[in-house]
Amino acid sequence: MTTAAPTARAAGPDRAAPAGRRVLAQARFETLAVLRNGEQLLVTLIIPVVALLALGRSSFVDVGTGGAARIDVVTPGILGLAVMAGSMASQAIATAFDRRNGVLRLLATTPLGRGGLLAGKAVAVLAVAALQVLVVGAVGLALGWRPDPAGVPAALLALLLGVAAFTALALLLAGTLRAEAVLAVANLLLVVLAVVGGVVLPVADLPGWWASVARWLPPGALGEALRGALVSGTVPVAPLAALAAWTLALGWAVRRWFRWD
Amino acid sequence: MLGQTSSPPAVEVRGLVKRYDGRAVVDGLDLQASPGRVTAVLGPNGAGKTTTVECCEGLRAPDGGSVRVLGLDPVADARALRPRVGVMLQDAGLPTGVPALGVLRHVASMYARPRDVDALAERLGLQAFARTTVRRLSGGQRQRLALATAVVGRPDVVFLDEPSAGMDPQARRAVWSLVGELRAEGVAVLLTTHLMDEAEALADDVAVVDHGRVIARGTVPELLAGADGALLTFRAAPGLPLADLGRALTPAGAPAPTPVRETGPGAYAVDSPATPALVAALAAWCADRDVLLARVDVGRRTLEDVFLDLTGRNLR
Repeated sequence: MTTAAPTARAAGPDRAAPAGRRVLAQARFETLAVLRNGEQLLVTLIIPVVALLALGRSSFVDVGTGGAARIDVVTPGILGLAVMAGSMASQAIATAFDRRNGVLRLLATTPLGRGGLLAGKAVAVLAVAALQVLVVGAVGLALGWRPDPAGVPAALLALLLGVAAFTALALLLAGTLRAEAVLAVANLLLVVLAVVGGVVLPVADLPGWWASVARWLPPGALGEALRGALVSGTVPVAPLAALAAWTLALGWAVRRWFRWD
Repeated sequence: MLGQTSSPPAVEVRGLVKRYDGRAVVDGLDLQASPGRVTAVLGPNGAGKTTTVECCEGLRAPDGGSVRVLGLDPVADARALRPRVGVMLQDAGLPTGVPALGVLRHVASMYARPRDVDALAERLGLQAFARTTVRRLSGGQRQRLALATAVVGRPDVVFLDEPSAGMDPQARRAVWSLVGELRAEGVAVLLTTHLMDEAEALADDVAVVDHGRVIARGTVPELLAGADGALLTFRAAPGLPLADLGRALTPAGAPAPTPVRETGPGAYAVDSPATPALVAALAAWCADRDVLLARVDVGRRTLEDVFLDLTGRNLR
């Protein structure tokens, strides 16, 4: 009889790596996957930097600066664009294909589990966002960007809420639509919202009726919050509240509708 | 019934029911798998094999009945169970943009004391494509990598859903020998397959599943027993007159004509002990009608014959 071997083995929890290590391993794995993938890198880093160079250095697009330096208005908007690209577009596409390919199901059967998978994803999204902020911020500073130091904490809060809201939107798309549809919808959303969402260009530059809607949508709220904080050093309460509300609403929708398979 | 081992079952499924859109895909299924034994769930596509295994893996919640793995509930006790269970999904479930060994190392990092990744890779021949991204692997290479991820955590129970699908014969041998090794280590292996030879070669216990239920179970010898030792099968043109042939093959004085079945287009089975006289009668009947016998086999029954008897359908 060969019953000794299995019963002599350690109990379940001792055989898994510690929870923190599992989550960090997953975060590292997902971050590297983004950085290794050419298309993801293009969307998350290269497009924002090119957009910053184009809008910051040339004046072929009119930006309503309200008296501030052009680069000071453009850079916060590009930070918002970067968050949209990394947290929404890139994450939606990656998660959708992981879902289609059964990766989410397989990892859910390992000690990582679904909770660990989500935690790892959250850390990875934040790591990528931090890298985006560093790169875009450095390019902005090199182009003469002078953010108001008093607004930095509020801007960081806005970035955090923006990452949360757009990641929730990404998961909602990835967990409900087919992978090919997500690829199309996420890229289209990114382009459309970048142009008319009030994130890159101030909401005030949008047509009147749309401006009053756009400022309460996630891209407009993120753009206004970042500009409010970094251009004038204020705490933009209304846009931050809008972002927080969107995060809660989208998070609830993800819990309600996300499908793992 | 499960033979010599008296240890408690590693997997115990009782009266499992799972419905999709009101249609029962699994309909009152009972199944057991024991430590140190390989249990094959054998059945055609759509029989409910994958759904059953997914309920055992905690990926689906049953609509009825109970599932216990190592005495635990796969959904409620998932946290305790996950480190002790290894899973190979039918669609592999591998991230596509990452090098093959990167995936294996990543899954290994989820365990406190995983198997040595390099040794396992060597064992399953993964070294040849270690740095190739999963996207560029062949189906068989992906399957081998998926098997490696299923066993890298030293599980007590391993679920393998169609493990050798898409593999070349060499890779299949490697997989089969690893499964044999797991059994020797006391691991309970539960695999699904629609390949008869795989079930015959690997399984200690077989559960034949059709329409969401187990229609026969036992060890391979048990399933093959009960039939006459030898069976006559042959191939010829499709659509032969079976009743006429049956009469011709009936020995003088027999109470009923010998049944002949066409098991597939041009494939026939004679339900009678194969004797020299029977073969001669078959050849004579064919010669009279100018029918060419493409192939005549006298052999012991296979699981395929058992399955055909049970369901009247072709498995592959």
